[in-house]
Amino acid sequence: MHDKTVAELSIALESGQVSSVELTQHFLDRIRQDDSRYNAFITVTEEAALLDARTADERRQQGKATPWTGIPFAHKDLFCTNGVRTTCGSKMLENFVPPYDATVTSKLREAGAVCLGKTNMDEFAMGSSTESSYFGATTNPWGERRVPGGSSGGSAAAVAARLVPAATATDTGGSIRQPAALCGITGLKPTYGRISRYGMIAFASSLDQAGTMTRTARDSAMMLNVMAGHDPKDSTSIDRAVPDYTAELDQPLKGLRIGLPKEYFTDQLSATMAQTVRNAIAEYEKLGAAVQEISLPHANLAIAAYYVIAPAECSANLSRFDGARYGYRCDNPKDLLDMYTRTRAEGFGSEVKRRILVGTYALSTGYFDAYYLKAQKVRRLIQQDFIDAFGQVDIIMSPTSPSPAFVQGEKTNDPVTMYLEDIFTISTNLAGLPAMSVPAGMMDGLPVGLQMIGDYFSEARLLNAAHQFQQVTDWHQMTPVR
Amino acid sequence: MAISRNDIEKVALLARIKVDEDQITVLEKDLGNILDLVDQLQSADTSQTEPMAHPLDAVQRLRPDVVTESNQREAFQAIAPATKNGLYLVPRVIE
Repeated sequence: MHDKTVAELSIALESGQVSSVELTQHFLDRIRQDDSRYNAFITVTEEAALLDARTADERRQQGKATPWTGIPFAHKDLFCTNGVRTTCGSKMLENFVPPYDATVTSKLREAGAVCLGKTNMDEFAMGSSTESSYFGATTNPWGERRVPGGSSGGSAAAVAARLVPAATATDTGGSIRQPAALCGITGLKPTYGRISRYGMIAFASSLDQAGTMTRTARDSAMMLNVMAGHDPKDSTSIDRAVPDYTAELDQPLKGLRIGLPKEYFTDQLSATMAQTVRNAIAEYEKLGAAVQEISLPHANLAIAAYYVIAPAECSANLSRFDGARYGYRCDNPKDLLDMYTRTRAEGFGSEVKRRILVGTYALSTGYFDAYYLKAQKVRRLIQQDFIDAFGQVDIIMSPTSPSPAFVQGEKTNDPVTMYLEDIFTISTNLAGLPAMSVPAGMMDGLPVGLQMIGDYFSEARLLNAAHQFQQVTDWHQMTPVR
Repeated sequence: MAISRNDIEKVALLARIKVDEDQITVLEKDLGNILDLVDQLQSADTSQTEPMAHPLDAVQRLRPDVVTESNQREAFQAIAPATKNGLYLVPRVIE
């Protein structure tokens, strides 16, 4: 049952072949038996899940079911869940129980989906390996001691290990696509503003975007159908109609124009990775797509721009954690300043503190123009590169990450090496474009992801392209577990 | 670009994060490396470029000035580290 996709489980529920209670119990059993190996979950909400499953079964009997009614899934632990603790992978929020739901949480709840728990992540979504979590690292189901990527590594590992058929995730610089690639699953980061950020614990507000982690493009389309839409509670969410993202999945790809950025396919890229990705792109040519080289001239500046903008926004967003209103407070503060400085020193981990300090520096008197303003200008140059490229092609393709899953501990001592993990994914966030990672091959027994970047609001096109690829390949069906 | 101990102490105070002596040396190296990385930005010609704050250049929407939220003080204060009579308690600020 755990090898079925969301689409298949939805049919099984509708036909009465299985009940949501049975399905929920099955996945909860898998989590209980196997998650000690992966540490994909921070919190498992067994009782609430079984209650929700019972309600879902009743709703289906009343003929009021949606395709998601009774489907088990997990939330990345930065989506606020009313009454269920939401830690963001941090000691700062170890005991934080939100008094409200994120909009994404409400939407999935209203559709009748059954949340089994909250998944592990890099602290405050800052990282590419899920090693910076206060609750311990997550392990990639594909290899002992391999990282699952990050920051949504818990969600990715849980889907890959068949502990849930789907999970929510967020992507600020690659945090959906890179772990999806490293764990061999399908990840979608929609256009900035497509999904409400209300109730998502903020990291870098002009870059953060929620998305989906599933095994197939069809499941991703089904999930986006529920999650997307304008929300008056998020002033940056876009007021634009939500299409049925499953409607165009079966369209043929004949005439699709694919661009390969020459700045991404350089000598720096390992020959095996380049070949694996080119083999995947050859499948698209067989499906009728035309491939051409394109240029993103400012691609080499994306990491630099990101590591000013993201820390600057993080330093502002995380100033709310002051020990006064919720979250961690240090013991016996001697005065207000001592309370602030020790609460934050003790409550945040080292990567979060590093980024707050870099961001504070970039925003401080005398440095604002040289760093923050300059980075915002370079950000526009990067966006303009994409606008020019989408005048010539429909989808841009590249590897999702420079290499498959690396060994735990390999990059933790050098922040800059870890940052380079997101070299192909970060510019998409800076431009605000939608992008996916789909399983596209194997290297040394580890999955490789193909990244596909589309023009603004072209999620249906990306999902169509990913779905057609998954009709002629079986990389997305490879599994690290029985 | 190098960052001095003095800079780190100043920024740590601005960010309200206590930094111990032994951490400063590590931060000097780490932040210095990060600033070296971001210094690549200076190579770009941006003399004709407007800064970009929002990917879709959207502006803040306004809504009618009506009450949409109900008071949930008890629910919010139930998760606070310390409260009294509906107020948040912090160390004494004014003598």
